[in-house]
Amino acid sequence: MKLNRYKREISAALAYAALLLLVGLVAPGFFSVANWHDLVMNNAPVLVVAVGMTLVVLCGHIDISVGSQFAVCSVAVAWLAKAGIPMPLLVPAAIVFGAMLGAVNGSLAARFKIPSIVVTLATMVAWRDGLRWITEGAWVQNLPVDFQWFGLGQVPGELLIVAASATVFGVFVWLLKNLWAGRAIYAVGSDAEAARLAGIEPGTVVFRVFVIMGALAGLAALLNAVRFAQVPGNSGLGLEMKAIAAVVVGGTAITGGRGSLVGTLIGVALLGTIGTALIFLGINPFWEKAIQGAVILAALASDVVLGRLSRQRI
Amino acid sequence: MTNSSLLTADNVTKAYGGVQALRGASFQLRAGEVHALVGENGAGKSTLVKIITGAVQADQGQITLDGQVISNNSPLAAKLFGIAAIYQQPALFPELTVMENIALGLEHKRAWRIDWRQHGRQAEELLARVGAKIDLQTCAGDLSMPQQQLVEIARALGADARTLVMDEPTSSLSEEETRNLFRVIGELRAQDAGIIYISHRLDELPLIADRVTVLRDGRTIETREMSKVDRHELIRLMVGRELSAVFPKKSVQPGETVLELHRLSSHATGVRDVSLTVQAGEILGLAGLVGSGRTELARTLFGLTPVDGGTVLLRGEPVGIKSPADAVRLGIAYLPEDRRRHGVILEMAISPNMTLAALDRLSRFGFLDFRQERRIAAAYAERLGIKTPSLRAAVATLSGGNQQKVALSRWLATKPSVLVLDEPTQGIDVGAKAEIHSLMVELAAQGLAILMISSELPEILGMSDRIAVMHAGTISGILDRAEATQAKVLALALG
Repeated sequence: MKLNRYKREISAALAYAALLLLVGLVAPGFFSVANWHDLVMNNAPVLVVAVGMTLVVLCGHIDISVGSQFAVCSVAVAWLAKAGIPMPLLVPAAIVFGAMLGAVNGSLAARFKIPSIVVTLATMVAWRDGLRWITEGAWVQNLPVDFQWFGLGQVPGELLIVAASATVFGVFVWLLKNLWAGRAIYAVGSDAEAARLAGIEPGTVVFRVFVIMGALAGLAALLNAVRFAQVPGNSGLGLEMKAIAAVVVGGTAITGGRGSLVGTLIGVALLGTIGTALIFLGINPFWEKAIQGAVILAALASDVVLGRLSRQRI
Repeated sequence: MTNSSLLTADNVTKAYGGVQALRGASFQLRAGEVHALVGENGAGKSTLVKIITGAVQADQGQITLDGQVISNNSPLAAKLFGIAAIYQQPALFPELTVMENIALGLEHKRAWRIDWRQHGRQAEELLARVGAKIDLQTCAGDLSMPQQQLVEIARALGADARTLVMDEPTSSLSEEETRNLFRVIGELRAQDAGIIYISHRLDELPLIADRVTVLRDGRTIETREMSKVDRHELIRLMVGRELSAVFPKKSVQPGETVLELHRLSSHATGVRDVSLTVQAGEILGLAGLVGSGRTELARTLFGLTPVDGGTVLLRGEPVGIKSPADAVRLGIAYLPEDRRRHGVILEMAISPNMTLAALDRLSRFGFLDFRQERRIAAAYAERLGIKTPSLRAAVATLSGGNQQKVALSRWLATKPSVLVLDEPTQGIDVGAKAEIHSLMVELAAQGLAILMISSELPEILGMSDRIAVMHAGTISGILDRAEATQAKVLALALG
């Protein structure tokens, strides 16, 4: 009964285990500390974005502008740092700035009922090109030392980044289960009209979820930016696809209403590992995207098959 | 008028799940006649029409066209046999032009490309035949309702339809538009087409129909010459559903007036000037034909469609209800008609479904109290007799009756003072139906004010203390339990 409920998460976890086993057998060097260090560091910000994306997809929407939000927030916090704002203030600044970007998506999608794929397509292009216009394509360089200190190779800073991502993940897992707002997200994603008839206001739920998505994109941007000596104007390219793919591979229904954050964690791990694993397996890394695509298709196909099997049992 | 039989339905039966929609309906349409089909809600008219047009398959019985048995009927087969249907809501493609819409119905075998010039000529001829002056290049969506109807008829004629089914074609037409439609129907009849004409407007039948067949409970009751039957007689034939179930209704001394509607209107949905009261402990039955505005009234009351006139009073206090959330806060509960779509969330487990409308009640500072949730769910599951191995099972795994009980629990968990039930027992098995009826009586005895919408006359008569009948968006009469009869309710419902 209980296993049956998590069958999608379990099948993603099994796929991940199979991948690790395969790489472990062929190239044990994969399990070096240095390699895992890189994997965890690179994917920690992706996880933070994917947590937000899970909420968005659960309530039946999608946000393809997260990559651009990420870029805008990266550049914004870098400028603020250069302007002398101390580190402790940059954290709330990144979150609030991201939340404001998310509020734009949320109000267009929820209040004006424009399909979220269209809204976020527009904001994706607008933020990205607006940023290019303002920065004229230049990277933000000469960041103050205390900004870089935070993550640039130093162990405490790195631990902090990983701990922050893990905390975000853990807190949202707990909130999604224990807050009635979490239940409202599932209800709206399953059937917005039924939720409305039960006295829930779907528009409010959707708006808030987009704001949370933006806030998490802002936080992820900060967690990523502090690791490097400069901030490129085009960071976060393709991040939306990484996040959405992780959510889908983790078993969340793209139509909303069903899924879990644990699944998303597995999805981030699986998709984040494939690229490196390919190198260790001696496969040309140009195949990475193609294989990621195949994994996504496999996840969607198994979803259909599992759905059909369980319906037969009923 | 010829006497040759064009289409016959012979002893047709059809069941949807456990509900028997047709139990042996027979019907004979002659070429060159307008044959009216009447019956109250659920008598089986729509099902019979769907079988004739191939939208659904009959379980038993056969349809014969021109003496030839139609075995594998489908919408395509029906079209090839020259059967076309025109519904209350025109089914044109709104983004396509009138000519394109008509051309879609035309035969173009062996053509490797569309000959638009020829189609244009044909479309013009067809429109002329139905007496419509419409520019071929207009988008169908820009036409008025009666114009769209005429285009549909033209399209049906273009497809060489000889059997036309018209389902409530005049319900949204003005008097003049109706006259024009009747003229067109008269011409079609003169051209030897057979027309099946479904209408609740009994008064217009003598103007257009040659014969009339009355359906009741999925059976053909009688076919008569239209000139030899009057309105009174038709109503007598339509009612008389046997009172199969015994209702557990107990009389409760009604308390204070809980809900009062004063000249309530909602322009968008056609609800106008509705005034009624429901007292504590009372079950007010809301009867009327499908489309008379009962569900629309309930949705307006629940804040789903905007009120643009009149007032809602709760315990004498005027209240503003702008959204379902407002209604829930004020203690109004609404069990919607379309249970599978809106009453429950199928993929959610039973207990969260039950508490969905009462989430704020069982959470503190936004945090859910799972223990209380389990307690509430277990309590209602026991009280309503929901049969399930686990309250963690998805609602989709339950039977229709049990799903309805979950939907009802959801509302009882909000501790409402007004309970609006929209077709509470539609499509559920007899046992669950009886249980829901007993529960309604029990709830009324506890002082709930219940407004029950039902299309089933026996249920209305058996369960209600008073019966408000709706017609064309407003209340056409309110009957006391003692004076109400099937014929009286139906007469009010027909206007």
